Amino acid sequence: MNNLLVLPIVIPFVTGIILILLWKHRTLQRLLSVAGAVALLITGFVLLADVWANGIQVIQIGDWPAPFGITLVADLLTCIMVILGGLMVVSVSIYSLTNIDPERESFGYHPLLQILMMGISGSFMTGDLFNLYVWFEVMLISSFVLLALGGERDQLEGGIKYVILNLMSSGIFLAAVGTIYALEGTVNMADLAVQIRESSQPGIIQALAMMFLVAFGIKAAIFPLYFWLPSSYHTPPAAVSAIFAGLLTKVGVYTLIRVFTLMFVRDVAFTHNLILILAGFTMVSGVLGAATQNEFRRILSFHIISQIGYMIMGLGLYTPLALAGSVFYITHHIVVKTNLFLVSGVVHHLRGTYQLKKLGGIYQIYPMLGILFLIPAFSLAGVPPLSGFWAKFALIRAGLEIEQYWIVVAALAVSLMTLFSMTKIWAEVFWKADPIADSAAQENPSLVTIPYLILPIAGLALVTMIIGLLSEPFFVLALQAAEQLMNPMEYIQAVNPVVEGAL
Amino acid sequence: MEVLLAFVVGGLYAAAFYMLMRRSIVKLILGLGLLGHASNLLIFTIGRVSRGNPPVMAHGEDVLLPPYADPLPQAFILTAIVIGFGVQAFATILVKRAYQTVGTDDFDEMISTDRPA
Repeated sequence: MNNLLVLPIVIPFVTGIILILLWKHRTLQRLLSVAGAVALLITGFVLLADVWANGIQVIQIGDWPAPFGITLVADLLTCIMVILGGLMVVSVSIYSLTNIDPERESFGYHPLLQILMMGISGSFMTGDLFNLYVWFEVMLISSFVLLALGGERDQLEGGIKYVILNLMSSGIFLAAVGTIYALEGTVNMADLAVQIRESSQPGIIQALAMMFLVAFGIKAAIFPLYFWLPSSYHTPPAAVSAIFAGLLTKVGVYTLIRVFTLMFVRDVAFTHNLILILAGFTMVSGVLGAATQNEFRRILSFHIISQIGYMIMGLGLYTPLALAGSVFYITHHIVVKTNLFLVSGVVHHLRGTYQLKKLGGIYQIYPMLGILFLIPAFSLAGVPPLSGFWAKFALIRAGLEIEQYWIVVAALAVSLMTLFSMTKIWAEVFWKADPIADSAAQENPSLVTIPYLILPIAGLALVTMIIGLLSEPFFVLALQAAEQLMNPMEYIQAVNPVVEGAL
Repeated sequence: MEVLLAFVVGGLYAAAFYMLMRRSIVKLILGLGLLGHASNLLIFTIGRVSRGNPPVMAHGEDVLLPPYADPLPQAFILTAIVIGFGVQAFATILVKRAYQTVGTDDFDEMISTDRPA
C-alpha cells in the first residue's frame, strides 16, 4: 500500500479543476499550469526512486483487495513513462505560453492539457483493464478537444478522422474487455496473467489477443492502422502537435508492451512474430510516407509512425535486451520527437509557414536554432553519440542475437532513410537561400525575444545529449525495466500476494 | 434468449461498420452510436443473461448463494454508456462544425489534410 501512486493522477486532476475554476484569470492559469506540470515531473522522480529501492509498488484503491478492486501498479516502466510524461508537459506548458493564442487559452486550453495528462498518467498506472479503458477515454476526449480547439478547416477535417478511428478502436477494446471478463471472470491484469496461462481455451484467448492488438495498434499507429495520424497531427498549433507526437501514440505502445509481456505470452511464436512483421512494415511504410511529403510537420508525423515500428520491434523480438532496447527507444523518442515539433513551431512563429518550399535561410539568421534542430534530428536518425544511436544499437544487436536478419536490415535501411528526411528538412528550411526575394525587408526578431519557445527546446536538446553521452545509467534502468517485464511473477505477486510459485 | 441477443449483436456490428464505411459524415455518427450499442449488448449477453436472480443476500444469509446475476458486466456497461454519451455529443458537434466550415458532408471531399501539400 503506497499512497504515492495516486499522485500522478491526482496532481493533473486537481490542477485541471483549479484551472477551470480560474477560467477568467489568464495569468494565474498560465502560472498554475506550469506549476502543475513541474509537480508531476517531480512526482515521477520520487516514484522512480521508490520503485528502484523497494521493488514494484501497488495500491488497492478503497482497500478492496485484488482482484476485486481497482489496482494501481508502478513498476520501472511505469515510472519511466510518468517521468517522460512530466518532462513533456513541463516543456509544452512553458512553450504554450507563447505558442498558444489568447483565444485558445480563453476556451480552456490549459485545463484540457492537464486533464489530458491525467488520462495519460492513469493509463500508465492502472493495473486493471476496464480502468485502462476509462483512462483511454479521458485521454481521448481531451485530445479530441485540444485537436479541434480553434476550429480551423484543417483541424476539423483532421479531427474527424482522428475521432472516428480512435473511437472505433475504443469500441473494439471495450468488446475485448467484456469478452475477457466473461471468459476469466476478472479484469485485473495481474490476475488475468495467471488465469490466461492456465486457461483451457487457448483459441479464444488468441482471438482476444488479436482484438487487443488491433485496438492498441490503432492507438499506437502501427501498420496498417495508422491513417488517422498523418492526416491530423499537423493541423493543431505546434504545442498541441508536440505533446500528441510525444505521448499519445506511446501510450498505445506502452499498453501493447504491457499486455503482450504480462498476459498474452502463451503462443509467442505466433503473436510476437506477427508483431515483429508489423513492426517491419510500420517502419518502412512510415519512412516512405515521409519521403513524399514537403511540409515540416507532415514529414515529422510520418516519422512518428516509422519510429513506432522500432519500439514494437523490441516487443516482437521478445528478449530482455530487445525489450530494454524498446524502453530506451521510447525514452529517446519521446524527448526527440516532441523537440522536433517544438522547433517546427518556432520556424512557423518566425516565418508563418510550414511549407518547405517557402522556407529557407534560417541558419544564416538563426545559427543557434539550426543547431537546436540538428541535435534532435541527428538523434532521430541515430547518429552517434546521440541518444537514438544507442537505442537502435541495442535493438539491432538484439535482432542479430536471435538471428532475425530481415528486421535488422529493415531497421538499418529505415535509419538511413530517416537521415535523408532530416537532411531534406535541414537543406530546405535552414540551408538554402531564402526564397522570398526581398528577405532583407523581413522582420527577424532575435531569439532572445521568444524565451518561452527557445527554453524548452534547449532543455530537451540537453536531455537528448545527456541520454546519448551518459547512456550507461539509462541503459541499466532500461535493462532492469525489461527484466521486470520478462519475469511477470514479481508484478503478479506485488498485486496479489496470495499467488505462489513460478509460472 | 442468448441466441436472439447474439443475432442482435451481430446485426448491430454489421450495421455499425456499414454506416462507418459510408461517405456521409452524418452516417459516421450513426455508425459510432451503433458500434457503442453493439459493444454494450455484447458485454451484457456474454456476461450470462439470467432472469429473476438479483445478487442480493436473503435475510439471515451470510454468503450469496448461486444462481445469481453477475452485476459487474452491468456496471461496465453503465460506465461505457456514460462515456459513449459524452463522446457522441462531442462527435456530433464536431461533424456539424466540420460541415459548416468545409461546406460538404461528403467524406471524399475532406482530403486537404491527406494530400501532400
